[in-house]
Amino acid sequence: MQTADAARFAQTPFVRKKHRAELLARCVFGGMTLGMIVPLLLIIGYLLCQGAPLLSWAFLTTNPSSGMRKGGLWPALLGTVWLVVTALCVSAPVGVFAAVYLNEYAKDNWFTRIVHLAVVNLAGVPSIVHALFGLGAFVLFAGLGRSILAASLTLAIMTLPVIIASTKEALASVPLSFREACWNVGATRWQTIRRIVLPNSISGILTGVILQVSRTAGETAPIMFTGAVFFKNVEEGNLFAYSLKDQCMALSMHLYTVTTQVTNAPEPLPYAIAVVLLGTVLLVNAAAIAVRVYLRSRKKW
Amino acid sequence: MVTTNPPTTAFPVAGAAAPARRKIEVCDLRLSYGAKEVIHGISFDVFESEILGVIGPAQSGKTSLLRCINRTIDFTANARVSGVIKVDGEDVRSVKSVYELRRKIGMVAPLPVGLPLSIYDNVAFAPRTAGLRNKNQLDVLVEKGLRQAALWEEVKDRLDSLGTKLSGGQQQRLTIARALSHQPEILCLDEFSIAIDPVTTMRIEEVLKELKKEMTIILVTNLVQQARRLANRTMFLWKGEVVELDANQVIFGDAPKDRRTYEYVNGIFG
Amino acid sequence: MEMETTGAQPGPANSGNGVRAPVTRRAQRRGWEQVSEHVIELFIRLCGISAIVFVFAIFFFVFREGAPILPRLDLWKFLFTPYWYPTSLGQARYGVGALILGTLSVTALSMALAVPFGLGAAVFVSEFCGHRTKEALKIVIELLAAIPSVVWGFIGLTVMNVAIQKVFRVQVGLNILNASILLALMSVPVIVSIGEDSLKAVPDSYREAAFALGATQWQIVCRVLLPAAKNGLLAAVLLGVGRAVGETMAVLMATGHAVNIPHSIFDSVRTLTATIAAEMGETAEGSDHYRVLFVIGILLFSITFLMNLAADLVVKGIRKK
Repeated sequence: MQTADAARFAQTPFVRKKHRAELLARCVFGGMTLGMIVPLLLIIGYLLCQGAPLLSWAFLTTNPSSGMRKGGLWPALLGTVWLVVTALCVSAPVGVFAAVYLNEYAKDNWFTRIVHLAVVNLAGVPSIVHALFGLGAFVLFAGLGRSILAASLTLAIMTLPVIIASTKEALASVPLSFREACWNVGATRWQTIRRIVLPNSISGILTGVILQVSRTAGETAPIMFTGAVFFKNVEEGNLFAYSLKDQCMALSMHLYTVTTQVTNAPEPLPYAIAVVLLGTVLLVNAAAIAVRVYLRSRKKW
Repeated sequence: MVTTNPPTTAFPVAGAAAPARRKIEVCDLRLSYGAKEVIHGISFDVFESEILGVIGPAQSGKTSLLRCINRTIDFTANARVSGVIKVDGEDVRSVKSVYELRRKIGMVAPLPVGLPLSIYDNVAFAPRTAGLRNKNQLDVLVEKGLRQAALWEEVKDRLDSLGTKLSGGQQQRLTIARALSHQPEILCLDEFSIAIDPVTTMRIEEVLKELKKEMTIILVTNLVQQARRLANRTMFLWKGEVVELDANQVIFGDAPKDRRTYEYVNGIFG
Repeated sequence: MEMETTGAQPGPANSGNGVRAPVTRRAQRRGWEQVSEHVIELFIRLCGISAIVFVFAIFFFVFREGAPILPRLDLWKFLFTPYWYPTSLGQARYGVGALILGTLSVTALSMALAVPFGLGAAVFVSEFCGHRTKEALKIVIELLAAIPSVVWGFIGLTVMNVAIQKVFRVQVGLNILNASILLALMSVPVIVSIGEDSLKAVPDSYREAAFALGATQWQIVCRVLLPAAKNGLLAAVLLGVGRAVGETMAVLMATGHAVNIPHSIFDSVRTLTATIAAEMGETAEGSDHYRVLFVIGILLFSITFLMNLAADLVVKGIRKK
């Protein structure tokens, strides 16, 4: 009886051919995935090697000199920090509350669909169009002139839709039964949101905000004509060397100008700048992922 | 005056000289979700200090009825309510504060819900949202609620642990404690025993018998025998209409006024 | 907001109509509750419509700066001639035809590279991976997405430039191919993550049924999953295209600076986005050149708006099912 059963389930040539096709597909798709990752790792390694000679603490904390061929990154680093913090101080609250509206208050009608559509479209606007908007609205119309404030507001509007989308997803992951339990004991909508919904979606919200930090730090186009400037010396080591009305340097802009407009720069210089910028961005993203993993492990239901 | 339809017997409280007052009056209540009407013009009264059982098969509108009484139906976008519901003589739709109304009515849902807070905070949630801050008073309310829900002995040493980590039966008792924490005058239970074991169910039924002295209770249940055990009067709701509302002796006796009542109670359909 | 200050507990529920606190304090609390709830709700609603406000604001302000030149602009010549000489004295010509072709060619080639790789990777991550590998790969792809576009441009200007010159033996490494490879690497994460989401959305019952019939993983992907998820995958591709069209810094640095009609992938071009970025700094505010750049902005905004609308309609098609 055994051999008859074994014969019934043995592989036929057809089945073998299927398995070969399966293996081939697995290799092809796996290869495609690797095809993205391997070049990336090679490139990052190359950047690190080329830029290494210049990387040092002094590099980060001194002003550039000799037409930016020597010296360090301090004004650009500080400028980026100012832009990011100011932009997120505006877009995080507005974005979170907009998501609260969409998930908790909005009814399922045509108006809500339009709001949703607006969020999606805002997310798809090219960064250079954001720059033009910032120029027209904040620099000119609102009279802010080219300043950190104008550039930050432009960046804030750019990051707004993504914060809305990720917050909305976080809010939606809180079960409806929690809200109903709160309403039943006489809590108002806002009390329910404040005490139960928001605290329990904080991991998703934080992740979304932190990811936008890294994106804001890396953007160049929106700040090009709204507040970022070619060169500016500021007091080294002073965190408040800028004010909202000043123009500033920024890491992303600095990389662009050194690469395209500074002649005879020492060869490692642009690589070093790229490494600092990339390193900052990747570190912030890694922090976001770590926050997400940690908070998820402490899930309360 | 509110007319009732079908006619209900005047309800004498056992042992009292005068008939009890009406706590809740429902008059010609209609409810539709979108185009579909689910409650077709029902009227009935609930008297103080009684347990009113509400029985009927699924989709009869029992849960929707409770949601109309405490106005959580407002949170359903496409629900339209007409007719009048009065609590203590006041129309629920024109009360000054709907949140006060909801605090007057305790609601226990079918599935146990432990909020993702500590057990203490679960029960203290309602008084806190009402504005109570005094720690001592909160302590008293929490202990009282947990005792009334027959949960105190099991959790008194771990009030800080998470409410969501309790067992199903414990979470349902926690829900009841939460419903009692804002000292309601009316308690509505919506099929509370669906997700819990028979032993816990019995314990809660004992609790309800105690609570009857202090408050009015509406007990929606799909367990006909539960209504028989606990209620003074029972209402048979079927497809959004009141088939019969009468004292338990009549409903569960040999000759209820409507044939369908007899059939449902005796398991011939449903 | 004290519920009780007398220290006495609320009386039993059946005491008449249940007055438990001095009427004035209760009325105050009631009033305060309603009012503050309304104020907060108003603020939240305002934030909620902010997205609509900003979309309109963007269109309005860009239009405002560009509008004055529209009556004087021959739209046909503007859109379809390749003669872009904005700084030529007296004979300024504004034809963005070559720029449009530049954008189109870079987008097309980058999508041709990104879509197969992206979809392939999406399928791999979704169907062929173990759980741990999946998490690791997703993190890597997320980090890939985080690389700023100026860094990509830098890579194009240095690494890719040299690589293309050596591998393909051409004179100039800053061309369509260069920018397309960069854009492909930038768009792939978008395609992978949305593609993976839509593959995940296909119910497991489809997979289980196919397995029960004896299908291999590959057959399931090919015959069951891809057709079922095609709306989501299409939306992913559309969003990738939208990203490629709108990209500025990477193409600015990697396409070279020649405004001409491309004849091969090794030609240098200029895209619409790069033009604005490169020339805006040199124009005088209010001049014709300045305004035409804003008109290009309107053009870009309209293109991406339509693409997003299309992607949203496609996704809506999924929800209806």
